Amino acid sequence: MDNTVIVIGGGISGLTAAGMLAQQGLDVTLLEKENETGGHLARWDRLFPDRKKASEVLDFAMEGLNKVKIVTGVAITGISRQDHEFTVSTNLRDSGYGMQDAGYQSPVPSPQSPVPSTQSPVPSPQSQYTASALLVATGFDLFEARKKEEYGYGIYNNVITSADLEEQFKSGRKVLTSEGKTPGRIGFIHCVGSRDEKVGNLYCSKICCVTGVKQAIELKEMFPESEVFNFYMDLRMFDRHFEELYYEAQQKWGVSFIRGRLSECSENPDGSIILKTEDTLTGKPLKMTVDLLVLLSGFVPSGGTRGISKMLGLQEGTDGFINSADQHSQNNLSGIEGVFLAGAIKGPISVSESVADARAAAAQIACYLSSFKVTND
Amino acid sequence: MIDFGYTLTRDRQLDYDRGDFRYLKLVKSLEPSMDLCIGCGSCTATCSAAGFTNFNIRRLHTVIRRGDPESIKAELKKCMFCGKCQLVCPRGVNLRNLILAMNRAIEILG
Amino acid sequence: MKPEGKRQIWDEYQKDIADDNYFYVRSCVRQNFFPGAEKTFLRYMKQLGRNVFENPSHTTCSGIGYHSDIVPFETAMTMVARQFALMTEAGYENFVTSCITSFGLYTEILETWEHFPKVEEQTRVHLRNATGREFLKPKNLAHASDVTFKLRKEIADAGRYRLVNQDTGEPIRVVEHIGCHYSRMFPNKGVGGAEYPYVLVGMIEEWGGEVIDYPERRHCCGFGFRQYLVKANRGYSVSASKKKFDSMKPYKPELILTNCPGCPMFLDRWQYAISEMEGTTYGENGQGIPVMTYEELAGLILGYDPWDLGLQVHQVPVEPLLEKMGIPYDPEKKFLDIDGNFIGKPKSPSFLKFY
Repeated sequence: MDNTVIVIGGGISGLTAAGMLAQQGLDVTLLEKENETGGHLARWDRLFPDRKKASEVLDFAMEGLNKVKIVTGVAITGISRQDHEFTVSTNLRDSGYGMQDAGYQSPVPSPQSPVPSTQSPVPSPQSQYTASALLVATGFDLFEARKKEEYGYGIYNNVITSADLEEQFKSGRKVLTSEGKTPGRIGFIHCVGSRDEKVGNLYCSKICCVTGVKQAIELKEMFPESEVFNFYMDLRMFDRHFEELYYEAQQKWGVSFIRGRLSECSENPDGSIILKTEDTLTGKPLKMTVDLLVLLSGFVPSGGTRGISKMLGLQEGTDGFINSADQHSQNNLSGIEGVFLAGAIKGPISVSESVADARAAAAQIACYLSSFKVTND
Repeated sequence: MIDFGYTLTRDRQLDYDRGDFRYLKLVKSLEPSMDLCIGCGSCTATCSAAGFTNFNIRRLHTVIRRGDPESIKAELKKCMFCGKCQLVCPRGVNLRNLILAMNRAIEILG
Repeated sequence: MKPEGKRQIWDEYQKDIADDNYFYVRSCVRQNFFPGAEKTFLRYMKQLGRNVFENPSHTTCSGIGYHSDIVPFETAMTMVARQFALMTEAGYENFVTSCITSFGLYTEILETWEHFPKVEEQTRVHLRNATGREFLKPKNLAHASDVTFKLRKEIADAGRYRLVNQDTGEPIRVVEHIGCHYSRMFPNKGVGGAEYPYVLVGMIEEWGGEVIDYPERRHCCGFGFRQYLVKANRGYSVSASKKKFDSMKPYKPELILTNCPGCPMFLDRWQYAISEMEGTTYGENGQGIPVMTYEELAGLILGYDPWDLGLQVHQVPVEPLLEKMGIPYDPEKKFLDIDGNFIGKPKSPSFLKFY
């Protein structure tokens, strides 16, 4: 066993862990499938609850990566192990087989703010990397909103996702309807692809509630005259300052909250969207026209997570995310010696939690490589 | 017109686009804290009147917010004005004044 | 609206539909509601060179009783098993139903047997004890609208008319309405799934019309079996249809196309009832919106005489549509029976324009 680590995945978890490990003097290689690192965070504008710019959080994570060997644009084709050494084989992503399966969505890199990364020279089509420890930080994909057919994403022009909205915020443009008009009434739909057995996702994606509140406030800032509604089942304001943000949305911004899940929507002749929901607090079905409908898409295990999971034989939960050795005290251990986990590979998680989890994983890996005992066995 | 022995049923669906928001506007201006309701129902749970009638203070201001204020008119009289609802509200909604504001709205708007 | 989004969904709900040699089972009620529809199906299947076999001793599937809460599921399964036995005895494997509720029931039963083989075994015992018959399950189960969907291009090619306004050259604006039991129970058993069913859309597009997607498109027509069958509940049924009419009216539909026994009945007859109850009509100039089954429409496209299709028994007159499509008809023959005898002319409604 030497001091080499391979981090798979260059999102906020992978970057943070790689930085921590490198600062401790370990020899770190980071493999990323996209041409840029930064993952979902690179496409997000501002973060709840304090509206910090996502780019600042990312910039912070990028510091201290100068000693990390970052390889981007590669697909992992195989992982083998001999004694205490892992060998990870890669292909250039353009050159054919990658680890992503049909469920993989290619994100659109934002041209405005390319994430700085320490790029190695273009790797040869096929490469191999070896290390004594692997950190898998392959994260999540956003739930494909079009699978909720009755919500009309991809069919009705004025139905967008929270990620689409965030991209518009990031671009600095005014958010307009597809007809180019200022939206007078906007609806947010919570739990899209979450808490929904019909799409196979029984779990809560946890961060959508507060994202809906945050984005509702941002739209009210942009359009003070507009009416903004959140349609929710529960508002799970689980972390510090979240409930306060909800309070602010009601008190300062007049955002309305209607307890009821969207059953279906359709399009009016003018392109506006008709929602059908129940106002469960008055016990009546409710119909409402909105000019813009925002679907708060939940988390699903990423294509990369599923691919790596198969290669390594990781323990998948019934929700498709990866189970750690123990959720309480060994949450960064995979159950396979030398293979560690960080971030949204283990389920829905916020950015701040990802950062903390990545640092915990880095600490565990450093212990492991120094032959400290990291398991109970 | 022909009587077929059955009639058209009135649609129970709240049509928000055709709601009557005059009450909401007025009540809100008199008691802005109504916006802070999180629908927990503690007010109704402790209400003196709710135990003996179908008076539901939580529901009353919700229907005003949905532009469907018709049902509040007969209901409001059932309030005994004891103020316990306000005491339990976790969001600090001024429910006593909200009742007054709703009464005022009915006085003004009919 | 992004049509490509719908097409993507349609691509995901493909369904195997047999190409020939069908064992056909009828609906209990359609021959009373729309007497020409099933006959027209058999007629164009013959014209298109397809073999359709009927056994006169086939019965109801009992779905109408099952959905009215008076026939238990075990009884329904045994009756369906008997229909399959008739198919097996005739040497057929492709089962085609005229009725949407039958289609739903057959699908539900085949799925039940798939997941609970013991229930299938028990049904075989019941059928054996009752009739001495044995059966094979169909290789292919389809609704007659699925088959018509599959043959839509052949119908268009053989056709003499199109869903196009002859005066303006514009496509006829059509509302499609799918029976609830077609794909809501099993979305992957219907062409196009449950949210954006393609089965009628495909016909309308192929035959030159334009499909209207209006807000209450997915709403039930209001038949609901018990809701209609019990007179005291009928207001409930008519109100459901009214909700649809109110929602589609701004789009100025010129035809409502259906694939269910109940939907065309109620969407057609309730237009009359609503007009008499409150004076409201939904078509142009006090007319109604004509309502048709896909068989009747296919018959018109193929140039069959409108009165042979049974269009004279519709409550909402179809003549405005015939004129737009340039289909000739003889008003004198509208109320003559098959032998040319006058069958009587209905009284003109108070508000709904009648020819």
